[in-house]
Amino acid sequence: MREEKALIRVENLVKYFPITRGIIFQKQIGAVRAVDNISFEIRNGETLGLVGESGCGKSTTGRTVLQLHKPTSGCVHYGNVDLVSADNNTIRDLRRDIQIIFQDPYASLNPRMTVGRIIAEPLEVHRIGDEKERRERVKDLLALVNLNPFFINRYPHEFSGGQRQRIGVARALALNPKFIVCDEPISALDVSVQAQVVNLLEKLQDELGLTYLFIAHDLSMVRHISDRIAVMYLGKLVELTSRDELYSNTQHPYTKALISAVPVPDPVLERERERIILRGHVPSPANPPSGCRFHTRCPIAESVCEKEEPEWREICDDHWVACHLV
Amino acid sequence: MALSCLEEVITLEDREVILDIQNLRTRFDTREGVVYAVNGITYKLGAGETLGIVGESGCGKSVSMLSVMRLLQVPPAKILADSIKFKDEELMSLSRTDMRRVRGNEIAMIFQDPMTSLNPVLTVGFQIKEPLKLHMGLSDEDATKRAAELLTLVEIPDAELRLDDYPHQFSGGMRQRAMVAIALACNPTLLIADEPTTALDVTIQAQLVDLVKGLQKELGMALIWITHDLGVVAGLAERVVVMYAGFVVEDALVDDLYGNPRHPYTSALLRSLPRMDGGSGEALEVIEGLPPDLLDEPVGCPFAPRCSFVKDKCLEQNPALEEFSPQHNVACWIDINTGEFK
Repeated sequence: MREEKALIRVENLVKYFPITRGIIFQKQIGAVRAVDNISFEIRNGETLGLVGESGCGKSTTGRTVLQLHKPTSGCVHYGNVDLVSADNNTIRDLRRDIQIIFQDPYASLNPRMTVGRIIAEPLEVHRIGDEKERRERVKDLLALVNLNPFFINRYPHEFSGGQRQRIGVARALALNPKFIVCDEPISALDVSVQAQVVNLLEKLQDELGLTYLFIAHDLSMVRHISDRIAVMYLGKLVELTSRDELYSNTQHPYTKALISAVPVPDPVLERERERIILRGHVPSPANPPSGCRFHTRCPIAESVCEKEEPEWREICDDHWVACHLV
Repeated sequence: MALSCLEEVITLEDREVILDIQNLRTRFDTREGVVYAVNGITYKLGAGETLGIVGESGCGKSVSMLSVMRLLQVPPAKILADSIKFKDEELMSLSRTDMRRVRGNEIAMIFQDPMTSLNPVLTVGFQIKEPLKLHMGLSDEDATKRAAELLTLVEIPDAELRLDDYPHQFSGGMRQRAMVAIALACNPTLLIADEPTTALDVTIQAQLVDLVKGLQKELGMALIWITHDLGVVAGLAERVVVMYAGFVVEDALVDDLYGNPRHPYTSALLRSLPRMDGGSGEALEVIEGLPPDLLDEPVGCPFAPRCSFVKDKCLEQNPALEEFSPQHNVACWIDINTGEFK
């Protein structure tokens, strides 16, 4: 496993959003520490799941990796290139390889463009093929995501949520990317339609050899689709390991609580299960707690957790945790 | 399982039926045509019972409850029912004034989105005190005292100080707790929770489910929990009603429903879910196609176009909800074990 080549290597990635006061003479009075010094790698052909509660910085991480937000500091290595220090032309070329599928299929498709134009847009931007070739390519893409190529002249409002998400997938695939950030691609979909989209993503990964960063808050779906899973809390990674290890040998108290909070569709199991219920709510990332950021809600916190920030360390092969008490 | 069913049957028989819905139909007249949102649903609820209503968006689970509460605007809505009985009162024949006496008092409701269901320009305290003054005739002073008690009951710290806060000063989870406090203000006999945790994170969802469960035990009210999450219902409900396209397709005790689903939709839905505890890696079972368009008048079984057992009869005639075993009703022509007609 260790020899697998990393496709993307993220080192000490930081993204702060400034909080300003004043309209004309803006003064920075603080910062939302959305992503605060995280490092991980995404290996060729794998699906890395990224989970956490809303506001923990998981979407910001995805967007910062793609340079849709310019990071405050840190590096994102793609092959031999550091995307952070690369110039705009290089990034623009590399965007062919790295794509994104957005969360909300209602907001991420332009309602005034036909499906054909939406999917052809990346091809136009990168000046690939002529009008006719593009149209053929769009038809192929529609077929690839199990949509009828006759839909090419329709508008987004004529489609259901699941179908729209497929259009989003087709657009992401237009340039034959190697890596796709899936930013909560199924959260907005109905239960009976979620499986359709997830199966499609898995099928495409097998056929096209794609690598995914799969961002979600639904742990059961992440468990289903991912090879490795990273858990995030308030801008920090708290645990990162393979899927099976994460569930069979959970180390971080936050991960434990998160797993136990997910309801299982089985009434017998639900009655017997011991649940860890976290008190309170997620603190503000503009003013995160000292030391370990989880200590205010942690059921096993000790005095050291309040003072010192835990180190991000590998406790056994390929299992990373940030906790003093592990 | 047979034994546990038997016990439940007895307890349910013992229970006084507090809500009895017979053949409720709700339609909306729109510019595009008539929307058939609820197409004849029938079920009963016992005092103190927890009922889960499960279904996808657009299946009529919320609309059916809003119809019972008469919170829909008529027109465009058109609510028809043979009878909706709450305790001994026929809700369908109540005047608007009389309905107002029941609503928020004996039947309370928590809504899905805690961001929009509280009034942003009124303090949380004012909004909790409103039903207390209106229904129970408390003075402002008494109402304030009771409101603080209620906020403490839903585990909001420094309750007395927080009464003067506005909703935007509360987090999502706290707002939903405040909604619970408002709903509980007049000791309702029935609490209807309409997807109260959908907008919340899993850890906050676990808190709220835990809280409502505890309060229900303490106060002994009946609870209807509407959700699309089969996991939440498994841990919470005693009985579950599964809805699809405005119809009740299956209705059973919770163990029965998950252990022995009899409707192809329920069964397929359960198999399409990834499990936290089960195996992973294999492809999820997919229910092909989409839920039907509610603008078409329903003909035949609503699930027939997506059903793997579909026969000609299913496309023509809609099966009625029939007893499969005591406390377990299914609306399907087919026996899903054999794939043949029953």
